[in-house]
Amino acid sequence: MNRRVSGFLRLSAVVGSVVLIVGCGGAKEEAKEKKLVISNSGSDTMVNLAQMWAEEYEKVEPGVSVEVGGGGSGVGIRDLMQGLVSVANASRKMKDSEREQAKRNTGKEPVECIVGYDAMAIYAHKDNPVTELSIEDLAAIYGEGGAVDKWSQIGVDMSSIGGQDEIVRVSRQNSSGTYFFFREHVLNKKDYKLGSRDMSGSKDVVELVGKTPGAIGYSGMGYKTDAVKFVKIAPKRGETAHEPSLANVVAGKYSLARPLHMYTLGRPEGHVKAYMDWILSPAGQKIVEEAGYVPVAAADGK
Amino acid sequence: MSNTQDESPKGSTENAAPPGHQVGSVGRICRALSERTVTALIFLCGVSAIIFVFSIFYFVFREGYPFIRDSLDLKGFFLSEEWYPTSETNKRYGILALLAGSASVTLVATLVAGPFGLGCAIFISQFCDGKFRETLKILVELLAAIPSVVWGFIGLAVMNPLIIRFAEVPIGLCVLNAGVIVGLMCVPITVSIAEDAIRAVPDTYLEAAEAMGATRWQTIHRVILPAAKSGLLAAVLLGVARAVGETMAVLMCTGHTINIPFDGRLPFLHVFESVRTLTATIAAELGEVPRLDPLPDGNYPVEARHWQVLFVLGIVLFAITFLINLIADLIVKGIRKKA
Repeated sequence: MNRRVSGFLRLSAVVGSVVLIVGCGGAKEEAKEKKLVISNSGSDTMVNLAQMWAEEYEKVEPGVSVEVGGGGSGVGIRDLMQGLVSVANASRKMKDSEREQAKRNTGKEPVECIVGYDAMAIYAHKDNPVTELSIEDLAAIYGEGGAVDKWSQIGVDMSSIGGQDEIVRVSRQNSSGTYFFFREHVLNKKDYKLGSRDMSGSKDVVELVGKTPGAIGYSGMGYKTDAVKFVKIAPKRGETAHEPSLANVVAGKYSLARPLHMYTLGRPEGHVKAYMDWILSPAGQKIVEEAGYVPVAAADGK
Repeated sequence: MSNTQDESPKGSTENAAPPGHQVGSVGRICRALSERTVTALIFLCGVSAIIFVFSIFYFVFREGYPFIRDSLDLKGFFLSEEWYPTSETNKRYGILALLAGSASVTLVATLVAGPFGLGCAIFISQFCDGKFRETLKILVELLAAIPSVVWGFIGLAVMNPLIIRFAEVPIGLCVLNAGVIVGLMCVPITVSIAEDAIRAVPDTYLEAAEAMGATRWQTIHRVILPAAKSGLLAAVLLGVARAVGETMAVLMCTGHTINIPFDGRLPFLHVFESVRTLTATIAAELGEVPRLDPLPDGNYPVEARHWQVLFVLGIVLFAITFLINLIADLIVKGIRKKA
């Protein structure tokens, strides 16, 4: 009896999902006939921003539908290489090997467009007494062969929040754009120390740091929550440290500012060009600021 | 059918009759055809498992092969913990820490799933009956229906703060957390196989034990457990195979850290350390790695190795689970022969 009931349930689940899939397919096709679709995917740092752009653009241009996918800079670049998306979002630059593969696959050269800036923020737990670090400190904490494993080694007394002296390093998976940027600009292209917690998303880093008093992590400045705080960054030991903020990025004072890219295959044309132009227009750039990042014009006009 | 045939000559003058006759012969052909189709379909379903296994293995091997051919250094691969597949200065592909991570989580999971699963199977088969037993069985099966990401969430949201609080460690994503979660995930499979093994113990044994005046505990301890020994071992092993292959929950609960939790100091396995497993590494990295074709000169660009080495990890994983399943299978076969 039980067997029969569960068999029936299983059957109805299968039938149900088939109907659902068919239904969705139908709806999508219908939408495609009516609307032009711009698909983009990529950077985890930029996914919220891309989503906000997409929603706003559909109000401006109801005839165009923008589909946004995340996954990471690598995913966007791979999708672009295979011609699966019109635009790839990336928080890192495309590598030469990837450019060549894209050319071989699609016959078109990827074209880069900088759509905003991010200050890669160093996060610590909100109760952590640490206020500022230098790039050298960060390299000693994160880099292979770096000597710093304990908060006390960099003069931070953790006794007030439970006394866990070990620095819990939170990092990203080794194919992420943010991981590449940190390695290039903090570790000077050298490797990371083994033993960091490698999270798969920008948000996961901030969440884990927020739950772990002894943790330190790096992620996009747009992901700040109340459970964490920004650590001010000094370019060198002894120099003035600055917080990741719009003003500091614009003034060129923050050391870990990085461009956010969008890549297209060949120069954008038609409705994709219209979308990219809109993103770079004041209306599109206002959204960059709303998402917690720095507009291009502000940063270039420094 | 015969009825239609009998009637058809009689009614041949009527309009409806010739189609009726036709339906009869067409029906016969249809039936023969459909019988053959169904047989063919069932055969196809039967061999599909074989086809799938081999095509999966072929695909995984094809993607990983260029790495094995060109840049596999066995010693560096298996005996180094330095996993730097995307390094700009010195790419290294050491999987020792990943193997140790998988082994440690599996070990703890077995220690959880073994006693729990076997105990549960003994309880279900020996100590309860009727409605209670059916309900319990359904509930255990329900445990298997909980998606792995939900287990992972429990590890992240419930176990993590508990471990931080009671073990006074800086972070609760560790071997213990993942091991307990995966162990609980393996309980249903262990229970159902162990229960089968216990039920396969011949009634004559039990009757003999009862006739000797053995108590219930003596029967279980001295008769059932020894008789079902190899089946129970197989149950635990198949649970282990599941633990090795578990991905999502492990990715969320281990802390995903390249670290070897074993060393020479007591208690040899340090359960409060974070680790990273083979499966989680593939899951976390494969998504963003580009698959690059060979250059015109036939060699692969060095960035192509990362994609390939992740497939080699897949082959290693495949080999491990295959070995465990094979051992479990041989053990089960062993019982059948004896019986």
